[in-house]
Amino acid sequence: MSDVSFVRTEMLPEQAPPASEVGALGWIKHNLFSSWLNSILTIISLYAVYYVLSGILPWTFQSVWNADSLNQCREIMLENWGSTHGHACWAVINDRWLQLLFGFYPSHLYWRPILALILLLVALAPVLYSDRVPTKMLIFSAIYPFLMVWLMWGGTIWGPISAALGFVVGWGVYTIVSKQLSGLFGIILGVLASVIWWLFISSYFTSAMASIIPIGMEAVESRQFGGFMLAVLLGVVAIGVSLPIGIVLALGRQSDLLIVKYLCVGFIEFIRGVPLITLLFVASLLLNLFLPPGTNFDIILRVMIMMTLFSAAYMAEVIRGGLAALPRGQYEGADSLGLNYWQAQRLIIMPQALKISIPGIVSTFIGIFKDTTLVSIIGLFDVIGLASAIRADTAWNGIYWELFAFIAALFFVVCFSMSRYSMYLERKLQTGHR
Amino acid sequence: MTTLTDPPKEHFRLSMLLYDTRYRSATIQVIALIGFMLLAAWIISNTIQNLEALGKPVEFGFFGEPASYDINQRLLEYTSRDSHLRAAFIGLLNTLVVAVLGCITATIVGVLVGVLRLSNNWLVARIMTVYVEMFRNVPVLLWIVLAMAILIEGLPAPNAFRGDNPTATMDLFNSVAVTNRGVYIPEFLFSRGLGDIHLFGASSIRFNVSLDLVAFLVVLGGSIFAMRKISGWAAAKQEATGDRPTIWHIQLGVLFVPMIILLTVLGFHLGYPELKGFNFKGGTHMRNSLIALWLALSLYTAAFIAEIVRAGILAISKGQTEAASALGLRPGRTMRLVILPQALRVIIPPMISNYLNLTKNSSLAIAVGYMDITGTLGGITMNQTGRELECVLLLMLVYLCISLSISAVMNWYNNRVKLVER
Amino acid sequence: MKKSVILGMATVAGLAAGAAAAGTVDDIKARGKLNCGVTTGLVGFAAPDANGEWKGFDVSLCRAVAAAVLGDASAVEFVPTTGKTRFTALASGEIDMLARNTTWTFSRDVDLKFEFTGVNYYDGQGFMVPKALGVTSAKELDGATVCIQTGTTTELNLADFFRSNNISYEPVPIETNAEAQQQYLAGACDVYTTDASGLAATRATFEDPSAHVLLPEIISKEPLGPLVRHGDHEWGDVVRWTLNALVSAEELGVTSANIDEMSAGTDNPEVNRLLGTEGTLGEMLGLDANWAANAIKAGGNYGEIFATNIGEETPIGLARGLNAQWTDGGLLYSPPFR
Repeated sequence: MSDVSFVRTEMLPEQAPPASEVGALGWIKHNLFSSWLNSILTIISLYAVYYVLSGILPWTFQSVWNADSLNQCREIMLENWGSTHGHACWAVINDRWLQLLFGFYPSHLYWRPILALILLLVALAPVLYSDRVPTKMLIFSAIYPFLMVWLMWGGTIWGPISAALGFVVGWGVYTIVSKQLSGLFGIILGVLASVIWWLFISSYFTSAMASIIPIGMEAVESRQFGGFMLAVLLGVVAIGVSLPIGIVLALGRQSDLLIVKYLCVGFIEFIRGVPLITLLFVASLLLNLFLPPGTNFDIILRVMIMMTLFSAAYMAEVIRGGLAALPRGQYEGADSLGLNYWQAQRLIIMPQALKISIPGIVSTFIGIFKDTTLVSIIGLFDVIGLASAIRADTAWNGIYWELFAFIAALFFVVCFSMSRYSMYLERKLQTGHR
Repeated sequence: MTTLTDPPKEHFRLSMLLYDTRYRSATIQVIALIGFMLLAAWIISNTIQNLEALGKPVEFGFFGEPASYDINQRLLEYTSRDSHLRAAFIGLLNTLVVAVLGCITATIVGVLVGVLRLSNNWLVARIMTVYVEMFRNVPVLLWIVLAMAILIEGLPAPNAFRGDNPTATMDLFNSVAVTNRGVYIPEFLFSRGLGDIHLFGASSIRFNVSLDLVAFLVVLGGSIFAMRKISGWAAAKQEATGDRPTIWHIQLGVLFVPMIILLTVLGFHLGYPELKGFNFKGGTHMRNSLIALWLALSLYTAAFIAEIVRAGILAISKGQTEAASALGLRPGRTMRLVILPQALRVIIPPMISNYLNLTKNSSLAIAVGYMDITGTLGGITMNQTGRELECVLLLMLVYLCISLSISAVMNWYNNRVKLVER
Repeated sequence: MKKSVILGMATVAGLAAGAAAAGTVDDIKARGKLNCGVTTGLVGFAAPDANGEWKGFDVSLCRAVAAAVLGDASAVEFVPTTGKTRFTALASGEIDMLARNTTWTFSRDVDLKFEFTGVNYYDGQGFMVPKALGVTSAKELDGATVCIQTGTTTELNLADFFRSNNISYEPVPIETNAEAQQQYLAGACDVYTTDASGLAATRATFEDPSAHVLLPEIISKEPLGPLVRHGDHEWGDVVRWTLNALVSAEELGVTSANIDEMSAGTDNPEVNRLLGTEGTLGEMLGLDANWAANAIKAGGNYGEIFATNIGEETPIGLARGLNAQWTDGGLLYSPPFR
């Protein structure tokens, strides 16, 4: 036997890949300079990044944080760097950041909006983390809108309670009547009962109860709302209130009833066809004209109404998308179980359709939230409105970039995290559904 | 007379309106309609009462009165003596200008960014992501204001071009001046021009049509028609004989020779901007406010379009790309010939709503002083006349018409693309 | 769902408001607060400070009226209004009076149905140019780019001025003073035009005020004053005479420093009538006898208000000019208190 072997019996030892293919170098080669076009793009991009950063970074960090006025800022800049250009004067933010966040909300009551925001997250938990939070938490979600109104506006607790009682009354009438007569009759009478309660009884109820058991907090007028808080409030109210309206509109748009359908389509297309700013003009200039003579209520409430109508139209489209995405079999299954229209909607269709629509609702919210900045054009003191007001103060007249950079950063942080969350939700829902 | 086969004749009872499904839907609809009409009547009667109390009856007569204010950015001639209606019309054109410019730029930038976000160049993809996230998550009003501020602070004032030792110079062989009042570009002039024709007499939508432009378009149209004929002839010849005659030089000739002849006859030359007095004179002046609004709107919308494009591309299955590379197509051609045409079907519907958004967002022009229809009709006119109801309603009507026409056109296009697909 | 609640509550509130629409003075007394419309922010005239407290020349007038009616200078709800919303807010009753440097013009008075109750600042539209431009008269501005603030009478005056002098210009309409200032400083416009008071106030906050000059031409009359709705003459009288009281107080030498002393009674019968120690002027207005004294205590007499908010001691540094007492060659001329 010869032990001459032409076949290698043992493997070659593993060699390290060429230095140009691994590690930082390899990564750079593959991701930045894989072709001449890519190399050019990389170099251009590097230059662009350098150009932008070289302008922004020194401005941001070689800055003045403590000063009472722009002139003082300029003096400090001259002293430190010998020039007033290329340096930020963050002192204005330092001086006014609470105002930019809360507007004219009384400073000793700041805990109320903060608590309302925290409770909002709690109230949303059963919706957003349905797998981890007990369903009973939904009761809190139902109470939350009234709680929020009380926390934000203060005053007697009986106001929100009486508003909530309106729903209870309506529901009571509905259940009684629908057992005796028909469901449709029940709905009509229930709504009527609620409206009567709110219009005629609730104010007497509120004042009577307030004099018997006076529970209340310091009232805050909505005129004092402002700053970033106003944006959040307008966004939350508009989305929260528009959700039920949007559902009704979406159902109406899909219904077989021609007149109802065309009314809904007309409303949705009208609202979607005009810019928000014109609706805000309506809120600030015309809404009082449309209501009975002598009616006069707060501009913030009027803006809330118009923002709600605005978001309702978009919400209706989002929910319509959710309805359309449901397989036909779900509708047929509901029919075959003998459920009537409302039962089918309540038990089968809506829970699924709404779940699919959540990402769309979140992005509608982001859109509405960004659009709240438009209220500055009609003279409300949201962040941008406040920025103008601050610049009308003799101390800060002439300041510009710092305020807008701060505002942009605020919006970016909030909207970015929400959009990331919505993307996460989308992925989660996808796996849960298919 | 009854027969046995007939069902017993039902007598109509009132309760059938509620219980009988045949009537119930009608009942609901009638109730809804009555409710709607009551609401409308309530609002209208309130409005009439309120307006009477204010002593401001609804009338549109003020539109005929002189506007008394000037508009800097205008496509048609306008003076402060023209009527409010004319001012509104000028504003409407300005809205359309910025909307059209914005939509075109947003589409180009958006598609580019959407494709680059999928690039295998790490740095480029990251930069595009940063761009998209930055623009999507900050309100457009802020972007408009910031764009204006950057233009004003970043570009040189016309003064900087002055003197023996100017700190700024004109670009492109002294033909383009980029200043913080806007960009001045050369204008087309005709020394032996044909003049204008005036349309619509003295009404508020009157405008002039330059006959030079008409002549130019006619010649251009004729040339293009001839070019198509020639390539049709070449294709027929190719079908018949199998080899295609070289026609590109004929086509170029057909395209350019008549045009050059026409331009020479009309005495075509460029009018360059020149620093005279306070400002540049001559040339076409694109104002800062227009540029800022245009830039901000198109960059903002482009960020959304980029996401749509990216999603559309990702929706095309990987097999398509692989099949294309199996055919030997390079990545660029794969994108252009295989992926994008298919992605288009997914992309177009959300694109429509983005165009609509851009058009509606152009109403924020007020923030930079661009005189669009919100700035004229819904701004100064409303301020000076105090006719809020008339102005706001008309403003809404105008926007509604624009939006509905955009969606109509885009839906028509969408349907066409769809049909081609099948 | 909640919308209907709000609507319902609003309707209830509206019904309540409708029932109580007896007279503005009674409304204010019932409410305990004066709703006063101001600008969303104009240097020296109205702006909120870091604590949300409104300060300024127009604001002081609101406070004086509140003090006259309610005896409390802080019982004012300031409603910021824009050029667009101000008249609607007043007409709809959202605000009781508007103190938002609004020019008194024929059409506003007659066509828009408002009542101007006097003039608290005599202004006029002027021009500011950089000194380096070497311009000495507005007539030399042919072809210039002019920054204007929209939503005011400014743009109309400007169009008229350039048209009547047959010179061309390029208007750049801008929403707020702050933005106009930025454009002007960056050289995006050659000239900035607005009310002369605004120009002076703006120039005062520049890094180098001396590099800019105000041109001598004042191209318009801008009598700025508070206004109320047509129809409620009692309320109009209250605002008118509160303003007159402030002006008279300066003329008569009543200041916030010596008012307590003078309220005890002086030898000058007109001072006594003004301060309510003699006669029944307050009663005639439907107010307390010491209404004018309260108004003057709120922020001082006209001269003091001027000095603390926009006078030469402040960074804004406006001279009295036309707004001096008639005895000093100005236009302030209060009708007598008798």
